[in-house]
Amino acid sequence: MRNDSSFIELKARERARLLLDDGSFRELLDPFEGIVSPWLEAQGIVVQSDDGMVVAKGTINGGPAVVIAIEGAFQGGSMGEVSGAKMAAALELAAEDNRNGIPTQAVLCLETGGVRLQEANLGLAAIADIHAAIVDLRRYTPVIGVVAGTVGCFGGMSIAAALCSYLIVTREARLGLNGPQVIEQEAGIDEYDSRNRPFIWSMTGGEVRFQSGLVEALVGDGVNAVKQAVNEALAKGVPAKHRTDNYDWYLDRLNNFDTTKQADSEQIKQLFGEKRA
Amino acid sequence: MEHITLSFPATRTVSGKALAGVVGSGDMEVLFTATQGDTLTIAITTSVDNSEQRWQALFERLGALSSLPAGQMQIHDFGATPGVARIRIEQVFEEVTHA
Amino acid sequence: MSQKLNRAAIWLDKLTANAPRMAGLCASVQVADGTVDGKAARFIAVVPDENNHYPRAKGGEVGLLEGWTLAKVVSETIAEDADSAEKRAIVAVIDVPSQAYGRREEAFGIHQALAGAAAAYANARLAGHPVVGLIVGKAMSGAFLAHGYQANRLIAFNDSGVMIHAMGKESAARITLRTVEALEKLAATIPPMAYDISNYETLGLLSALLDIASPEAPESADMDKVNAALVTAVREARTDNTLKNRLNAKNRQSSALVRERMRAAW
Repeated sequence: MRNDSSFIELKARERARLLLDDGSFRELLDPFEGIVSPWLEAQGIVVQSDDGMVVAKGTINGGPAVVIAIEGAFQGGSMGEVSGAKMAAALELAAEDNRNGIPTQAVLCLETGGVRLQEANLGLAAIADIHAAIVDLRRYTPVIGVVAGTVGCFGGMSIAAALCSYLIVTREARLGLNGPQVIEQEAGIDEYDSRNRPFIWSMTGGEVRFQSGLVEALVGDGVNAVKQAVNEALAKGVPAKHRTDNYDWYLDRLNNFDTTKQADSEQIKQLFGEKRA
Repeated sequence: MEHITLSFPATRTVSGKALAGVVGSGDMEVLFTATQGDTLTIAITTSVDNSEQRWQALFERLGALSSLPAGQMQIHDFGATPGVARIRIEQVFEEVTHA
Repeated sequence: MSQKLNRAAIWLDKLTANAPRMAGLCASVQVADGTVDGKAARFIAVVPDENNHYPRAKGGEVGLLEGWTLAKVVSETIAEDADSAEKRAIVAVIDVPSQAYGRREEAFGIHQALAGAAAAYANARLAGHPVVGLIVGKAMSGAFLAHGYQANRLIAFNDSGVMIHAMGKESAARITLRTVEALEKLAATIPPMAYDISNYETLGLLSALLDIASPEAPESADMDKVNAALVTAVREARTDNTLKNRLNAKNRQSSALVRERMRAAW
């Protein structure tokens, strides 16, 4: 789309501002409140005032909404105690709103490597809280996830993405459970070459995830394109079935796959069927 | 990692708050809250050790070029070059001036 | 079908008095019905299977088949109890070393498979099933998120064979460019980074920490302790289908503070 400025280049705060209706952005627990990580200082790591998580209330198409955006530039977008609690708390309050008749919508901008190792078990526990909150909230209103890049969405947060009602990605994005280096370390370079970028995108990039039916929308890198996809997803409402409900379909495909063959683009297409042209 | 506190005479007042930058490699986050009075106090947390002199020099240069506003500044620095540091500080000053 | 006996397999047997395993599942997911507090309860374990159809999940890791099979079993349990006033308890018996790492795993969406499991357990809890996580060995990263972390109550053994963490020591050491020894030394001073169960307990995520004399060959006193802890956990779970009971520890006070401040500003 011409004249549609880059979404990927925007920091988290700007992404949240632009996804909300003009002028409706109101940040909660903003940087000036200074609720930072209690664990990083002792390890000689410089904190960020919002702990890398922006929570903003406002409206989307006039309806109440909260946008929760991860700042991928701070510690790789990794989830610490405070950043994880900010996302979980916002989702929990949105669910409470819905139970009280306020139809608060939720959009998550996911740019994260997963758990922040410097806060390990508190990051992991916060991610479990986020999973719980998404499953709760998505009964009332669709939870929209946006993975745009350049960090992508990995680790326990890729599970959070997979719990979302609808996922929107760009071609630059990646969505996968384990980081490429960890797979290479655990399984060897023949199994996964972490420095082979085309290979990595062919396994976990936005385009292949869209073709595999693991995400619902693939958009170009543009603010308007992303906004439009978010609005279209919200308009669809709560899906009759979430991807997580399709266990029988996935088990059937996975059980019948010939695992003497390694996975490649052709095998991926065969496993999932070619859902998109 | 170091904590540095600096203080400079301020010769103008503005109002409001402003934020610029992120704590990414080679960047820094600056928060500024305008106050009344005649002092700009700056609290810096930086990943770069032994850098107090450079920060002192940076603010002296900025103060020589244009008057510093009164208020409290918080910097979380992850190795910003003097050029990047200056850009971030000027960004927040510009934002409050136009508030 | 063949499997090594890991702690989860051992405890599944003991807790269900060797009840028959549910048929029709992959061999790495073992399900048996027993009782807690005299009432029907379903016990679920993920165990090693050296003939796993997906070779990267042979060692008891939670992989593609395990994630989706957990989703299936738990979802069908919810459906079976849909018309019951009192939902049966579901006990996740946990000794999982990690998620499965591999090319097929990534390509075929292991992140989605684990989400299937997490969603099913969360749905069960929301529907009123008491879901209890019994950590008898390892409860690591994505595997634990899928199998156990959505439980109302978490019980762990106070034992050096129990490890709960986001990443194994070797990988974590490599990624943070340290030796394992240096990582362990640092981790011991920072509770959320530590690998031992005593430090984990200070985070306030467990409802019980049990001293078990013989975790790999349980004696009757051990069984009594575990059964009593399960009864307490199930009774408590019936009064609360949220994860709020995990927010009471000093070492997790920022998590409570964030919620309080966000509610006030909402």
